[in-house]
Amino acid sequence: MAVTELICINCPRGCHLKVDDQLNVSGNFCPRGAAYGKQEVTNPTRTVTSTVRISGAELPLCPVKTAQPIPKGKMSDIMVSINQVFLQAPVHIGDVVISNVCGTGVNVVATRNMEKIS
Amino acid sequence: MINKDLVIIGGGSAGMAAAIGAYDHGIKDILIIERSPFLGGILNQCIHNGFGLTEFKEELTGPEFAYRFIEQVKARNIPFVLDSTVTSINRDKLVVYTNAKEGVVEVQAKAIIMATGCYERSAGAIGIPGDRPAGILTAGQAQLFLNEYGYLCGKRIFILGSGDIGLIMARRLTLEGAKVLGVAEIMPWSNGLNRNMVQCLYDFNIPLYLSHTVSKVVGKERVERIEISQVDAHMKAIPGTEQSFNADTLILSIGLIPNNDLLNSISCTMSRTRGAIVNEHFETDIDGIFSCGNVLHVHDLVDNVVAEAREAGKGAAMYIQGKLPREDQVIACLAGDGVGYVVPQKIVLDESEDSLLFKFRVKAPSKNVFIEYNFNGEVIKRVFKPVIIPSEMEIESLPKNLLKTNQGTLTVSLKAKEA
Repeated sequence: MAVTELICINCPRGCHLKVDDQLNVSGNFCPRGAAYGKQEVTNPTRTVTSTVRISGAELPLCPVKTAQPIPKGKMSDIMVSINQVFLQAPVHIGDVVISNVCGTGVNVVATRNMEKIS
Repeated sequence: MINKDLVIIGGGSAGMAAAIGAYDHGIKDILIIERSPFLGGILNQCIHNGFGLTEFKEELTGPEFAYRFIEQVKARNIPFVLDSTVTSINRDKLVVYTNAKEGVVEVQAKAIIMATGCYERSAGAIGIPGDRPAGILTAGQAQLFLNEYGYLCGKRIFILGSGDIGLIMARRLTLEGAKVLGVAEIMPWSNGLNRNMVQCLYDFNIPLYLSHTVSKVVGKERVERIEISQVDAHMKAIPGTEQSFNADTLILSIGLIPNNDLLNSISCTMSRTRGAIVNEHFETDIDGIFSCGNVLHVHDLVDNVVAEAREAGKGAAMYIQGKLPREDQVIACLAGDGVGYVVPQKIVLDESEDSLLFKFRVKAPSKNVFIEYNFNGEVIKRVFKPVIIPSEMEIESLPKNLLKTNQGTLTVSLKAKEA
């Protein structure tokens, strides 16, 4: 039986979890650990944050994020997509920079206001 | 010379929150002085998420968190100057700043709040043996270059220090195409949050070498190779344990130092952790000069910084309004067994609140311990902690009615649970 070992990230205790094929979680001190263990084994997700190039603003880069967490395995594909984008100022927080990135159904959005400079 | 009720030095998270706290307690005549071209401070280069869970009940990136405070400052029409450096302050609260447009400006304040944050410990502070080539920089420098200006600092990178900035940069540099060869930590435990250990190191199979330090740097023009060694109980490198890495860059995440040059210049009393000694209103031992945020003590979460800074802003407002007690009697607060430091270090015990917040860090990870508050020889409060670690600041509320007099000594210490 394959057992996955994880460290729970919910609190400073950092329980060492073991999750088996049947999604039984052991080593957890509280129910949050069991939920985290199941999620990490079945569908681990992460929020990706990065920057895209921008022209016409005070800085050459605009920070962005995936508006929701995306499957962990798609992180590097999403980085490739993000690195192809070139924005024009002005850009505002929440503006969609890439819609439905890599078929995830999640948008990449701006996280800083980048005003146009004259 | 211009006059202001309150001058706040630093326009990052602490400075902005302090301004909001003071404004909301009746002080409208404020000036925030910020050194960089933007409000927001270090949050602007922290493009990762995880900020705001306490303050806004959602997960934000650094620039988004900063934006929410910039909007609060602007909504109150609180004046600020950017690109402006404070060159001196004095004990009568005269602040001198300079910028390219106004030249040198003198501001006479009734109160000052120091919100100048930290700077990073650099290579010189730890005396790594070996060469001194290009390619050695602090994690915050690497972060600024990469996230705001688009420069990747190297291709094969080794990181010394497992603090959160180092871990965050391990992930960020990997995502941008660099190879992070490993992270070395001199302590036997990581200094970062679990969340960052998992999502920044384990996700990318980056090895962590605990009880290790960099024992040699080799390179003529640029870093060519680094060596790490295991350390003994006295943190000395053990000969024969060397491992070599073909790194072109060494990033240091080895601690933050409160940026207290201005307070030191006027002989403000400092604690062992190099922050000012303050009372529960965040007033230093200089009348009307306050300190909050990372310049007071290093926080792990910006949510705690803004909460503290708002209290400091309220304290400064009360001072200006003549509502802060000017008593000689104070309670001294001490860090006892197992505790590294406590903030505040003294209590004036006025009537303004029913309880006060204690913040402290333990010296080493412990399980099943009590936090014990001993006031003039009597235990007045005990709190059980199943787990307590140095990388997470403890914040505990202490009801003031437990303190029966306004003089004496309050000691916060760790006690093992009796078997």
